[in-house]
Amino acid sequence: MSDTLLEISGLRGGYGAVEVLRGVDLDIASGEIVALLGSNGVGKTTLSSILTGLVSCWGGAIRFKGREIQKLSPRAIIDMGLIHVPEGRHIFPNLSVRENLELGSYRRGRANRAKNMEHVVSVFPRLSERFDQKAGTLSGGEQQMLAIGRGMMAEPELLILDEPSIGLSPLLVEEMFELITTLNGEGLTILLVEQNVLQSMEIANRAFVMENGAITLSGTSAELMDDPELQRSYLGLV
Amino acid sequence: MPDLAIIIPSVLNGLTTGALYALVALGLTLIYGVLHIINFAHGALLMLGLYAVYYLNTRFGLDPYVCLLIVPPAMFALGYALQRGIIGRAGHGRDENILLVTLGLSIVIENLALFFFKSDTRIIDTPYSFEVVQIIGAFVPEPKVFAFIGAFVTAGLLWALMSFTDLGRAIRALAKERKGATLVGINADHVYAMSFGLGIACLGVAACLLLPSYYVSPQVGQGFVLIAFTIVVLGGMGSFVGALIGGLFIGVVEALSGLFLGESLGQIGIFAIFIVVLIFRPTGLLGHKV
Ligand SMILES: Nc1ncnc2c1ncn2[C@@H]1O[C@H](COP(=O)(O)OP(=O)(O)O)[C@@H](O)[C@H]1O
Ligand SMILES: [Mg+2]
Repeated sequence: MSDTLLEISGLRGGYGAVEVLRGVDLDIASGEIVALLGSNGVGKTTLSSILTGLVSCWGGAIRFKGREIQKLSPRAIIDMGLIHVPEGRHIFPNLSVRENLELGSYRRGRANRAKNMEHVVSVFPRLSERFDQKAGTLSGGEQQMLAIGRGMMAEPELLILDEPSIGLSPLLVEEMFELITTLNGEGLTILLVEQNVLQSMEIANRAFVMENGAITLSGTSAELMDDPELQRSYLGLV
Repeated sequence: MPDLAIIIPSVLNGLTTGALYALVALGLTLIYGVLHIINFAHGALLMLGLYAVYYLNTRFGLDPYVCLLIVPPAMFALGYALQRGIIGRAGHGRDENILLVTLGLSIVIENLALFFFKSDTRIIDTPYSFEVVQIIGAFVPEPKVFAFIGAFVTAGLLWALMSFTDLGRAIRALAKERKGATLVGINADHVYAMSFGLGIACLGVAACLLLPSYYVSPQVGQGFVLIAFTIVVLGGMGSFVGALIGGLFIGVVEALSGLFLGESLGQIGIFAIFIVVLIFRPTGLLGHKV
């Protein structure tokens, strides 16, 4: 693999006494869309949260841009350009759309705030119509766009999108995945965490399938599409 | 029925006192809105601010308004340190713990004040203490006019800070969405302490504006804090505009009920209105939070 951006090896972690991740290996190269797939409760969000320092790591290593980050604080990880758009969006409902975006560059990208905001609006034109509205009044799809836009304001080098399609209508899901492809086309590396296997594989270069806290399948999207195991368990084809 | 010549000065007097109540309530409502705690140490900290102004004036000859450059920043630092060092740590994030911690702090501070400053009531002397300004035919003491203006300027500055700076946005963001705040790199402990510090700095400003027309004693904060709680509840917990309007309103109600019911019954009017409002509008006059 050329130019590895993120390399996770033997990662373990969980909550209290419960181990959720039991040794995860995963890697992402610069410029890729990598999909992390798996059904509900297998540990995808836990992995995302450990990557950005929200949940502590029990063992193994996370190397980002060549540096071990598993002991760093969320702020130090943001400073390095690893940005996490969380499951459930977690936008600021009492702040305007503009203010949400401004706070996206609270820590990183502040110097280019105005320029980056223009860029976000050009990618998500729907947000500009709602610019001075409180974010809590946006529709689900708009809130998801805002969450991604807020992440983009920090000039990410790797953007983690945790279930960006959850709760969206099929039409919006289509639009969301197209937008993700657009962002990737601009050079952004993306870890796409999804339950939506088929559509994710359509836009991802490679995919990792997680089951019960460990990676059980991985490969390029084309390889996985042909994998009988995946076809049986996730695509409903026999 | 007293005529206008008595009512107007009384209303003006109420408005000027009310502006200071508003300032005290503003600090309380800011802290409540972000940290979701009721700061029982608010009155004790106001008292500390008043003593700071008193000693800066009597020992170093500083004018109380010059103290505006010293006392509010010092109170800010004290508030920051209290939140970060004691309240945040000892509270372990549990509201009932935090309540007890701030209550304990107020008792400690008041008793230390009794020990060091004695229970005497003290006042300061300024060249303008007895100057008056004529407003629509009524005479208002100069310090009260300054206090009114100062309270509004402070409220305006605080509003601008909350609206137009990253700190203000971060404070509001953290009030509603802690995880989102962490994900954009906001250090929650720091921003909580900044909020607490700002709330206490308001008390520093209030102390500088208050002392020229008031007094200080170890218990002086208690009266203010009860009124400030009333204002915060009345104005809608966490609401800035509510605190301002509520403060002025309470000031006027106090002055008028003092006029009609007699000086010693002035505060009864406040609590009568408080109870009536809570019965009919439990979320306060202006409804919800900012
Ligand atoms: N904050 C938490 N505290 C305790 N257990 C949790 C927490 N979050 C998730 N879990 C548990 O960890 C497991 C993995 O959850 P999660 O990482 O959210 O899975 P996924 O994102 O793949 O749906 C689940 O069994 C879930 O119940
Ligand atoms: Mg999840």
